[in-house]
Amino acid sequence: MTLLAFARGPAMQAATLIMIAGMFWRLAGILLLRRKTAHAAARTPFLLRLAGGAKTIVTRTVPRKNFWPRVASGVSLGWVLHIGLFVILFAGAPHILVIHQITGLSWPNLPKGVIVIASALTLAALVALLARRLTHPVLRLLSNTDDYLSWLLVFLPISTGILLSGETVAGYGTLLALHIFSVEALMIWLPFGKLMHVALVFAGRGMMGFNFARKGAAT
Amino acid sequence: MSTPPADPAANAMRSFISDIGPTISLALESCVHCGQCAEACQYYVQTGDARYTPIHKIEPLKQVYHREVGPFAFAYKFFGLAPKLTTEKLTEWQDLIYDSCNMCGRCSLICPMGIDIADLVEQSRHGMYAAGLAPQDFLGALAEKEHASGSPFGLTSVQFRDLLHDIGAKHNVTMHVDEPQADIVPTVSSIDVKTYPGSMAAIAKILNHIGASWSFRTDGFDADNVSLTAGDRDGQNVITQSIVKAAIAGGATTLVMPECGHAFTEMRWEAANAYGKDLPFRVVQITELIAEHIASGKIQVNKAPQNATYHDACQLSRRGGATAAPRVILAALGVALHEMEDSGDAGWCCGGGGGTALIKRAQPLRDKAFAIKQKQVEATGADIVYTSCSGCRQTLDHGGKAAGWNKTVGSLLELVADNLIPPSPPGLPQPAPLTSLKAPAGSGII
Repeated sequence: MTLLAFARGPAMQAATLIMIAGMFWRLAGILLLRRKTAHAAARTPFLLRLAGGAKTIVTRTVPRKNFWPRVASGVSLGWVLHIGLFVILFAGAPHILVIHQITGLSWPNLPKGVIVIASALTLAALVALLARRLTHPVLRLLSNTDDYLSWLLVFLPISTGILLSGETVAGYGTLLALHIFSVEALMIWLPFGKLMHVALVFAGRGMMGFNFARKGAAT
Repeated sequence: MSTPPADPAANAMRSFISDIGPTISLALESCVHCGQCAEACQYYVQTGDARYTPIHKIEPLKQVYHREVGPFAFAYKFFGLAPKLTTEKLTEWQDLIYDSCNMCGRCSLICPMGIDIADLVEQSRHGMYAAGLAPQDFLGALAEKEHASGSPFGLTSVQFRDLLHDIGAKHNVTMHVDEPQADIVPTVSSIDVKTYPGSMAAIAKILNHIGASWSFRTDGFDADNVSLTAGDRDGQNVITQSIVKAAIAGGATTLVMPECGHAFTEMRWEAANAYGKDLPFRVVQITELIAEHIASGKIQVNKAPQNATYHDACQLSRRGGATAAPRVILAALGVALHEMEDSGDAGWCCGGGGGTALIKRAQPLRDKAFAIKQKQVEATGADIVYTSCSGCRQTLDHGGKAAGWNKTVGSLLELVADNLIPPSPPGLPQPAPLTSLKAPAGSGII
């Protein structure tokens, strides 16, 4: 079995299994804890609370204008990173092909040059975020191994993807195998660290929005 | 908690664990260490000290969660990723959990992951109190007294009854006390009792004005609930249950909370949980009741043209959903309202919330927090600051005096009581009622 075949086959199957099982375990560990009933009379009916949860999932993407001046740089970098990742993953031709192979779904891709620019911007945002984490007193205090490991595991797929698009430092097969391995490393770590926010962000915002809508309070 | 527990850390740990359910678990799992909460916290903004980052303040709770409760607790324990909680660590965190947190919830409002950090601080205080680590001077001591007597200042039922009669006589207002049946039962805050007794006369005046069947109850009256901010869950429940029992005994359909933010939080949002089922009466804050009766036309007020700003008590607006009511009242009074740069749901705490006003050593830090409010009030050009929380009022009064500013701090409740228009005699045209409880257009409040 070639390195690429191993990366595409058993390694991908194992990474997928670990990711799904880990995510399931973590979410179950959160949601199956004993729940306390809120008895206080709600200000809003149940449907409006649900709407509050849905709204908060969207609105917490942008800080309120009162907060904006103090958080603009960090939030902007975060947007570049996340939008960049979205574009690379869902508008890059090779990724759409993979999605098509798995799900049968397909859509038009963006030109390769656009994806390369998006990758470069994403990588630059990632580097800037690391520099910020290393120098900002609050971020330095909060940061732990998970933060730096998660950073590395996002950095590797993007950087190997850029190398793959140019095929400059090694052959296509080797670079593709390295790229897939880097994605698999990310998948394996995802359920155990902060990368899990890919799922928790919806649960957290939704729960807060629901609870605060119950009070008729700002979400 | 006069006698320190034998193993404070073990007590704290048990308390933390008992509080953790899916909501807290989700919050503790979700943080991505973005640090945005620091930028919403007045203590970090004013000092630049990273220790005051809100999510950092709940580190002991997080440590216990990961070691004992979380989905990967076995790994955290096995690999030593979350060490066992120690009394030393709790002691080190005492000033972060108490002195430098107003539980104002601005951090919760900014968090992009939807973590209610203020709620986590409340749970953290439960553990600290169980460990005997609530600051004794004066918060912990007052909570102990409240737990034992029902009032943080030890006010007895008889003393309260006498006080009400004295206030009634002084302000020439009929006081209803311990009536066998009353639709509306108002409560008081110990700050009102101690510092602003006129507010109790104002409540009586307004309830008499609307012709309500109402009565104070001397068997459950002090809703201040210092225990809530100290972290004494048992004391909190004792106070809450006594008020619930008193309201039920009086046949109340409405329990009215005084101008006190944390009292509202407790009785409006937490009391039913302590009671174990839906309360058999509704709970409203006095400004909400006034706004309702302004809307219905039962309350008519004289115009009180003033150049004023309004300070939102965090527990009433951002955390309580009662942001619009005071603005309805101010509009009815014809007050020229100059909103602060950050007002309504995004307003800054006065600096005294969350019981910090009762922590003596926290004064220098409190003054720094107050400086934001001072600056924003002064920028409005208003002459008067109105508020609907006597705790905020006291902090603004003290902070203003210390800063030597020329602003008057007033109670919205008392302003209404002073400007009530007696109902027109039957047969004469009645003024048209307002039709909406929404804040006035242009106020920026929804």
